Amino acid sequence: MIKAILIFNNHGKPRLIRFYQYFLNMQLQIKHLCTNKMAEDMQQQIIRETFHLVSKRDDNVCNFLEGGSLIGGSDYKLIYRHYATLYFVFCVDSSESELGILDLIQVFVETLDKCFENVCELDLIFHMDKVHYILQEVVMGGMVLETNMNEIVAQVELQNRMEKSEGGLSGAPARAVSAVKNMNLPEIPRNINIGDINIKVPSLSPF
Amino acid sequence: MALKIVKGSIDRMFDKNLQDLVRGIRNHKEDEAKYISTCIDEIKQELKQDNIAVKANAVCKLTYLQMLGYDVSWAAFNIVEVMSSSKFTYKRIGYLAASQCFHEGTDVIMLTTNQIRKDLSSPHQYDTGVALTGLSCFVTPDLARDLANDIMTLMSHTKPYIRKKAVLIMYKVFLKYPESLRPAFPRLKEKLEDPDPGVQSAAVNVICELARRNPKNYLSLAPLFFKLMTSSTNNWVLIKIIKLFGALTPLEPRLGKKLIEPLTNLIHSTSAMSLLYECVNTVIAVLISLSSGMPNHSASIQLCVQKLRILIEDSDQNLKYLGLLAMSKILKTHPKSVQSHKDLILQCLDDKDESIRLRALDLLYGMVSKKNLMEIVKKLMLHVDKAEGTTYRDELLTKIIDICSQSNYQYITNFEWYISILVELTRLEGTRHGHLIASQMLDVAIRVKAIRGFAVAQMATLLDNAHLLTGNTQRNGICEVLYAAAWICGEFSEHLEDPMQTLEAMLRPKVATLPGHIQAVYVQNAAKLFATVLRKHEGETDSQAAQETSQLLIDRLPLFVQSANLEVQERASCILQLVKYIQKLQQKNVEVAEEVTALFAGELNPVAPKAQKKVPIPEGLDLDAWINEPPSESESEDEKPKAVFTKEEHKHSRSRHTEVDEKELARRREVRKQEQANNPFYIKASPSSQKVYDAPGVEHIPVVQIDLSVPLKVPGMPTSDQYLKLEEERQQKEKAERKKKEKKKKREKRGKERKADSGPESEEDIRPAHQVDIVTEEMPENALPSDDDDKDPNDPHKALDIDLDKPLADSEKLPVRTHRPEVLKSPAEDRVNESIPQETNKGSGKEKKEKKKGKEKDRKRSKEEKKKKKHKEVEEELLESQPEEAIQSEETKEATAPPTSTSTEASDLDFWLCSAPVPPAAQEETAPSSAAAVDTSSAAAPESEPDEPKDAEPEDTKSSKHKKKKQKKEKEEKEKKKKKRHHHHHHHSDAGGEDSVQNGTVEEEEPLPPMSNYSLLAENSYIKMMKEDADQVYDIQGNHQDESKVVVSVIFENKSDSFLKSMEFNVLDSLNSKLQRPEGAGPHDSLTVPFQLPPGVSNEARFVFSVQSIVMPQKLKGTLTFIVKSDESSTHEKLDFKLHFTCTSYLITTPCYSDAYAKLLESGDLKGSSLRLEGISMPFHHLLARICFHHHFSVVERIDSCASMYSRSIQGHHVCLLVKTSDQTVSIDAKCDEPSLLGNVLDEIKQTFSKC
Repeated sequence: MIKAILIFNNHGKPRLIRFYQYFLNMQLQIKHLCTNKMAEDMQQQIIRETFHLVSKRDDNVCNFLEGGSLIGGSDYKLIYRHYATLYFVFCVDSSESELGILDLIQVFVETLDKCFENVCELDLIFHMDKVHYILQEVVMGGMVLETNMNEIVAQVELQNRMEKSEGGLSGAPARAVSAVKNMNLPEIPRNINIGDINIKVPSLSPF
Repeated sequence: MALKIVKGSIDRMFDKNLQDLVRGIRNHKEDEAKYISTCIDEIKQELKQDNIAVKANAVCKLTYLQMLGYDVSWAAFNIVEVMSSSKFTYKRIGYLAASQCFHEGTDVIMLTTNQIRKDLSSPHQYDTGVALTGLSCFVTPDLARDLANDIMTLMSHTKPYIRKKAVLIMYKVFLKYPESLRPAFPRLKEKLEDPDPGVQSAAVNVICELARRNPKNYLSLAPLFFKLMTSSTNNWVLIKIIKLFGALTPLEPRLGKKLIEPLTNLIHSTSAMSLLYECVNTVIAVLISLSSGMPNHSASIQLCVQKLRILIEDSDQNLKYLGLLAMSKILKTHPKSVQSHKDLILQCLDDKDESIRLRALDLLYGMVSKKNLMEIVKKLMLHVDKAEGTTYRDELLTKIIDICSQSNYQYITNFEWYISILVELTRLEGTRHGHLIASQMLDVAIRVKAIRGFAVAQMATLLDNAHLLTGNTQRNGICEVLYAAAWICGEFSEHLEDPMQTLEAMLRPKVATLPGHIQAVYVQNAAKLFATVLRKHEGETDSQAAQETSQLLIDRLPLFVQSANLEVQERASCILQLVKYIQKLQQKNVEVAEEVTALFAGELNPVAPKAQKKVPIPEGLDLDAWINEPPSESESEDEKPKAVFTKEEHKHSRSRHTEVDEKELARRREVRKQEQANNPFYIKASPSSQKVYDAPGVEHIPVVQIDLSVPLKVPGMPTSDQYLKLEEERQQKEKAERKKKEKKKKREKRGKERKADSGPESEEDIRPAHQVDIVTEEMPENALPSDDDDKDPNDPHKALDIDLDKPLADSEKLPVRTHRPEVLKSPAEDRVNESIPQETNKGSGKEKKEKKKGKEKDRKRSKEEKKKKKHKEVEEELLESQPEEAIQSEETKEATAPPTSTSTEASDLDFWLCSAPVPPAAQEETAPSSAAAVDTSSAAAPESEPDEPKDAEPEDTKSSKHKKKKQKKEKEEKEKKKKKRHHHHHHHSDAGGEDSVQNGTVEEEEPLPPMSNYSLLAENSYIKMMKEDADQVYDIQGNHQDESKVVVSVIFENKSDSFLKSMEFNVLDSLNSKLQRPEGAGPHDSLTVPFQLPPGVSNEARFVFSVQSIVMPQKLKGTLTFIVKSDESSTHEKLDFKLHFTCTSYLITTPCYSDAYAKLLESGDLKGSSLRLEGISMPFHHLLARICFHHHFSVVERIDSCASMYSRSIQGHHVCLLVKTSDQTVSIDAKCDEPSLLGNVLDEIKQTFSKC
């Protein structure tokens, strides 16, 4: 099972969080003691801890990390990849294959690249919802749903088309996007540039 | 209206969308929180509008804010509104938001049930898809229960996209609603062979996830997975399956044997590293399960280790990491093969990557030996010095201690060295593991008596230099060591060279800055030291010095009397008064040392950490009963323990009480423990620290003098290294000596080999430097041996430990919502349900599915109507009706006797696993699945009806389901008999009658006696026949009203020394019951038993009978003929027997709901009869259990000493019982639509109870 998927940038800013398990502070785990706010705080705490663990690691060390104290337990592992400005972190238990998940991250990022055409951090920032929809086609409820990129892209596109036929959420999504793309932002995000990922991916032949 | 819409869309133009929000936040870097709070206000406004588009936009923005850590649960209702929009765009936003912020505690979730159900059945696949995805994140037990059936239907959706999602979500449903597992499992299994690879992969995923937690229930799927493994090309699926096999092999070593070959092939052939790695992992698991010395598998181990070495040597850090990880698994069972790669692993210790270093450390743990321990630890100590991060250093520290202390200090040859290492470790800056070092020090000092002198000296220096440890506030953790030091110095003070100096060190004013529990130990042990000092001085008759010592204590102790810590204060003031009193005596020149020492006499024995837990509960002690009135809630919170050591200290001081007190205390402790365990606020102390020290008799402490070859060093300088050198020298010397000896030996016995196992490390040769005896920890008398690992009781997977091979009972159907409570189903319908498990491989299942769909449609229609009502009403209705059902299903589950058909599944697996040739004569085995309960009566019984030849029923129609041979291994009794004497066969009828246990009359004692399924049929000196009383009989040919089939399982056991063969089984058919013979066979032909029996072996065969009328019991006469073949001769033998078909055996355990039961009774179709049983003394529930078990009834309802029971015959007769009991009298009122059947059943029940 995948327990959580976190995407944050080099500064620890969350870009997407997806928890498949409801994490709560150990001491407060008795249900009635928990308010909703605590759940959110816990999530932020986990993000911070994970960022802290991951960010101090060199790029040429291994991509596995024994879980942090919050997600906890020896059964859990953090499996992550670092692309340009973004960290993609999957927290999984022992039923998942480590190399398999690494591959899955790769599939996910490549799918993002296809859907957003040369994905960069900005795409994730401004279209968090779309990233979620793509992720939903890859992982569902903590279990791997689909690993075939073409299938994922096809499903995402069909749904987007359906949305378009309904008129979309906002009348002028293009307006926002173009405005953003031309804006001069303080932190200039680089392209994620899938082409030169120099992490050797153990190939999982065709899915 | 139109205007409103226009206005709404104009409004929207000015609303911020998600992008605007993000941009805004980025532009307000300085006052982000303020900006967001205004945004939230805007969102609140937007949510108040009617326009769903505006709402959806607002919810979308909330999802973003949730990611940033803002609580958005206040908008939960709005999210539900957006979810229920008809437009896909909005629906998707709603479900996304819900999946991000809903959880089990969200109360609006219960409003969503109908909406989700509607979406699930939507004609648009993406509506369904979105609902499934959302549901997978926030499914609750209620939702799971209500929607399980809908999702199950979706598993057979036409679109693979929906199918795979439905399959995956079932896992979540199972977790929340375990009752759904059994009904859904057949379909899930079916999906393993779905044409769509995505669906197949999802099914594999779910089953693997389930099987990982409760592997034993999924063993029977092994053949199917094996097939998938050899046929699938999808690496994801392969990885999952291979991982699953890794979980299954420990349960079934034969499976492992079967797996090795294909896995090895995969290892050789695959190019995918991930697959290779998982294969290696599973091969390792297989090897572990086979670990009991399989020489022919050494090749596999070599292959694994080889491949892993390649991984570890790879430049890819990921592979290196995984290689080490897998290596550590091999280590446990095959340490030798890993040890040869020590170089590589030590090399990994220097890796820049912390994860890899940690893994390498794990491996080191298993690689140490007596010989290399010092060397490895030295290396680790170097790493400790170099380590930059505290986490890694702490990890190193724990590993060093783990490595050294493993298996009871097995590898330590020199404890002085170990103490030095521990002392060196105290110099670690900022470690969290002070208490770990401390407990090691205590453990070694207490258990290794020979080392006490040295330990005490070291501890004294530690105490002397306490300022080094406490000086820096950062080093807080390490001052725990002083606790151990003080205690050791005090307890073993007779070893101290200069107790006075240590005493002074312990009473320095600086001590007052230490944590309270340490101060307390200081004070207590100062008193012990004081006693020693006094004795020393008095021995030297130096009363001046003795008085000075008293004065010292009187001067220093007031500091502690003022301590804020109660424990310290109390101890200090007690001791102060004591010393003052002693001083008075001293001034009168009274010798006091003897008496003071007596205060601390006696040696403390180490007690195993688990000892407390193992104390058996004395008879008559109820741990759950309150001793006093339960305290109020708030009090319990104060009970949190302080530091671990304070508690321990308690225990020492108290352990010196008398024996009786000790017991009382232990009892109280037990009670408190129980209480604490139930108290969620109570943080449990780690068991390792809960050592209790006992005071044994007053034997004197044996003082072992060790002459210290090494002078004490001032801390701050490493001391352990010299031991290493010493050790090396010593070993060299020994080696030289040994060589000499060996040379001699060689000369003496050249022919004899030295040692078979001349590995690099013949550890036996390394003698420890000091002969030490390690005191084993004490365990209480008659401790319970069970090593119960306490599993997490909250683990949701525990509930999923469900036997999946049992056929489905009626009660287990997924709740389908209907308007009215369920009506009793006709037997035919029931049968359909029962056949679900077989559905997978039968086309007939389709029919049923269609039926179900139809039903569902009906239900949906009704739902639509209902929807017009308000949500809450529906919800309430639901909540009312569902739990009832759940309870009932539980009841019935308990009531049904354990079915036997599991064995058929199991035997399938057995068959698949054993590579033996196909079982002979499969035709007999093709019998229908269920077996008939057949009573035996070996006593001479009246003749049964005259036989009338009739053609046997051809039986190939219902074949093919249960082909596999059933192998039963019964206990074998061998009776030695002279072969030649028994030419004539005994018809051991009398003997048989004695030990024949009439079906259902096993006399047994109290708690639910085990009830046997087998009863003796007939026996002679050669062979014993046992009948299985399987409790399931059902009419296979449902259409033929007048003809039912029953299966009789017979176990044949060879009791002789000879080989039995050509067994033929024959029964004289009666008008009513006939043995089914193969087509073409005559009515009197006998059936060949499809096996032969070597001596002592038993085997089982099944015979099918067709029965016409079931209202009367039947007895059939039969004969078994066989050839006894011994070395010299072979003889033809015969054994007669009688088969007894009771009426009970025609009944099928059928659950029934109480309302349906009531209806049935009201209908007036049933005729009544009654029965009274006197002198029944067994408890009521035993009585019920007996009726359930032996007569195939199920309990419908039970109120106190009154129960209603139900059963149904294979021909559909309803049998209802009302059982009442009062003082040894049981009255049974019964109703049935067939009076003669009822009469017979009642007679049989009477007989059952008359026998006990």
